[in-house]
Amino acid sequence: MLEKALIKESNRKFWVWILSLLVVIGIAFLAYIGQLREGLTVTGMSRDISWGLYIGQLTFFVGVAASAVMLVLPYYLHNVKEFGRITVVGEFLAIAAVIMCMLFVVVDMGMPMRVLNVFLHPTPNSPLFWDATVLTGYLLLNLFIGWNVLEAESKGVHPPKWVKVLIYISIPWAVSIHTVTAFLYSGLPSRHYWLTALIAPKFLASAFATGPALLILICYLLKKIANFDAGKKAIDKLALIVTYALIITLFMIGVEFFTAFYSQVPGHMAALKYLFVGYHGHAQFVPLMWIFVVLSVVAVALLIPRKTRENEKTLIIACAAVFFAMFIEKGLTFTIGGLSENPFGGITEYIPGVSEIIICFGIWAIGLLVLSLLYKIVVSVKRETDFANGLYNSQETLKHS
Amino acid sequence: MYNSRNIIIGLIIFAGIFTFPFILNAVTASGAPEPSLDTPEINALSAKECILDTDYMTSNHMELLADWKIAVVRDGNRIFVTDDGREFEMSLQNTCLECHSNKADFCDACHNYAKVEPNCWDCHVGPEVLK
Amino acid sequence: MDMNRRKFLKIGGAVALGLSIAPAGKVLAGVKGNYAPNPEALKAKNWAMVIDMKKLEPDVEACIAACHKEHNVPDIGNKKEEVKWIWTDDFNHLFPDEAHERLGEKYGKKQFLALCNHCENPACVRVCPTKATFKSKDGIVMMDFHRCVGCRYCMAACPYGARSFNFKDPRPYIKEINPKYPTRTMGVPEKCNFCAERLAKGLLPACVEASKNGGIIFGDLDDPNSEVNKVLNSEFTIQRRVSLGTKPKVFYIV
Repeated sequence: MLEKALIKESNRKFWVWILSLLVVIGIAFLAYIGQLREGLTVTGMSRDISWGLYIGQLTFFVGVAASAVMLVLPYYLHNVKEFGRITVVGEFLAIAAVIMCMLFVVVDMGMPMRVLNVFLHPTPNSPLFWDATVLTGYLLLNLFIGWNVLEAESKGVHPPKWVKVLIYISIPWAVSIHTVTAFLYSGLPSRHYWLTALIAPKFLASAFATGPALLILICYLLKKIANFDAGKKAIDKLALIVTYALIITLFMIGVEFFTAFYSQVPGHMAALKYLFVGYHGHAQFVPLMWIFVVLSVVAVALLIPRKTRENEKTLIIACAAVFFAMFIEKGLTFTIGGLSENPFGGITEYIPGVSEIIICFGIWAIGLLVLSLLYKIVVSVKRETDFANGLYNSQETLKHS
Repeated sequence: MYNSRNIIIGLIIFAGIFTFPFILNAVTASGAPEPSLDTPEINALSAKECILDTDYMTSNHMELLADWKIAVVRDGNRIFVTDDGREFEMSLQNTCLECHSNKADFCDACHNYAKVEPNCWDCHVGPEVLK
Repeated sequence: MDMNRRKFLKIGGAVALGLSIAPAGKVLAGVKGNYAPNPEALKAKNWAMVIDMKKLEPDVEACIAACHKEHNVPDIGNKKEEVKWIWTDDFNHLFPDEAHERLGEKYGKKQFLALCNHCENPACVRVCPTKATFKSKDGIVMMDFHRCVGCRYCMAACPYGARSFNFKDPRPYIKEINPKYPTRTMGVPEKCNFCAERLAKGLLPACVEASKNGGIIFGDLDDPNSEVNKVLNSEFTIQRRVSLGTKPKVFYIV
């Protein structure tokens, strides 16, 4: 089946795309070599802001990875047939996202050559140990499941029984990866912004908004460039999931404001003030946070009315708004905002280094590369089976051959 | 055999590339260096012996040092007692280098020859740093 | 012998595995000799420190200098990547729970000595994914620089800002290297170690030695007759951020 990723088709654009990703990866690799030589001084991190873009991005993409469960769970537990065509699309998105997460962990390390120490000296009391463990497990689960289900489909048989067992395991496992990621933050004394039991549920809710929103965008893209149709019903169902998950997320972000500002406890208010209105004369993230607010409002306004939710154009805008809103809140400012007030009551600003940004682009490019190759396989398998089932539109075939 | 010419040429190129490091070494490498023991500290010793026998030290010094690190840092045991009862402070910087003050001709000579780059010296201070 | 491809691969695999694990036998043979603690070492079950700022005041700079010289602590020269084991800061900054808005400058800006608290319930030890930061049996929060992966989780966890990270190679920033103590490498965090290396030789910590007027008292918290416990029983002492439950072991006489 692997050969399907490499078969040279007449589609030249695809290979140009792959090549440009490889170029970005190459440049980022050089930047990473620079970081290995010079040290993390090339990043914007500091004694106070000891975690920055890398760990923020890790957090965000763990959410994207976990969101595959929003297809798997309805399809396998509640027999939602509409998702049948795209569960594997979700699982492969999870694979790409987990690979990105692992890379973000490694590039963040001061001593990446010792990364295996995490497993050589296992430490169950550290959430980071659990994070490494559950992410590895989740990657393997999705590889086995996605691959076997797709292979069975391409051969026109049912997948082996043991795959079903793995699928059932993968459902709570997906929840676990994001819970553990939340526990990285929510158990640290004196980091008030993070020290709340709401982090794990908020992470899960925002993941279940972001991931399906991204999937909707991917489905439209696949329809346009690869003639792969997920089906209108599946998209509508996904859009509904995005709507509920987004509203729950925003609710949970909102209630934090009540606790902080009604209680008037300075430590609880500090990070929120810093992020949304500025604090002690520092207002670095204020514009970004208001973009987040505007995007969220736009998304909610477009998602709640059925008319705009089920209209392709407005749904695309809404999904893009959800993705970027959550990207800002979870992938950038959540991590940095929690560290911004240092233990001495001072505020430290954070401007990512050039290399740091290039390395992030490189990891995104690796994620996109993995995703592109995996989806190429999916699309060719689906095309074959559709053809066999007589579903394929012969005119479309002519147009794209 | 089809294409026998291409296959044979290909095989020769393949073998050439894969044995290149060995061939290069056979041509360019000089003999293994003899680590120098000529330091004032060692010359002043009545019995010229290391903490353990030379054979053992040659092949196992890295494991010994790694074990020392665990004993000193993690267990708080800082003294090494040899089987014949001699005692040493377990310290690369303060014990090993005290006798082997010629790091360049002792440690580095062999490490360079074997192309190993131990990261000991990133933290532990060798004599070249103090100059 | 009937050698098909499958069999050949099996045997080949077994041979390769054998060859690759054979050298491990040598390692597993173990290291000769025995390890023992230094008989001259100062012993305690739970090292702790009381800082008497009044008595310490004239020696503060000397304390900091002695520590940083002893441990090859670099002077990076910028606040973002600064490395420090022991330093001074305002009362307001170090004791946010005790300071209040109306506290005048006289006390609010009074300088206090800060260092790792060697907590009895340390958050940094709890979060470390490799046990590179751990609690020694004499109650010191130690770092195993050889094992650390540089994830900086300990820095996020520490409520006292006690940890600094080596964002770059620290060596060029050390004015005069102490040949008796290692430097650090880039990519690992570092902090005060209560002079574990000096205690092992029967010496008091460098800062304690440098506080000539007895401004720093050092001793065993688990020994009721220790100097530290005598002071704790007779003087009014406070600690940094007690409400967090980390149980710091550095006490202050205000």
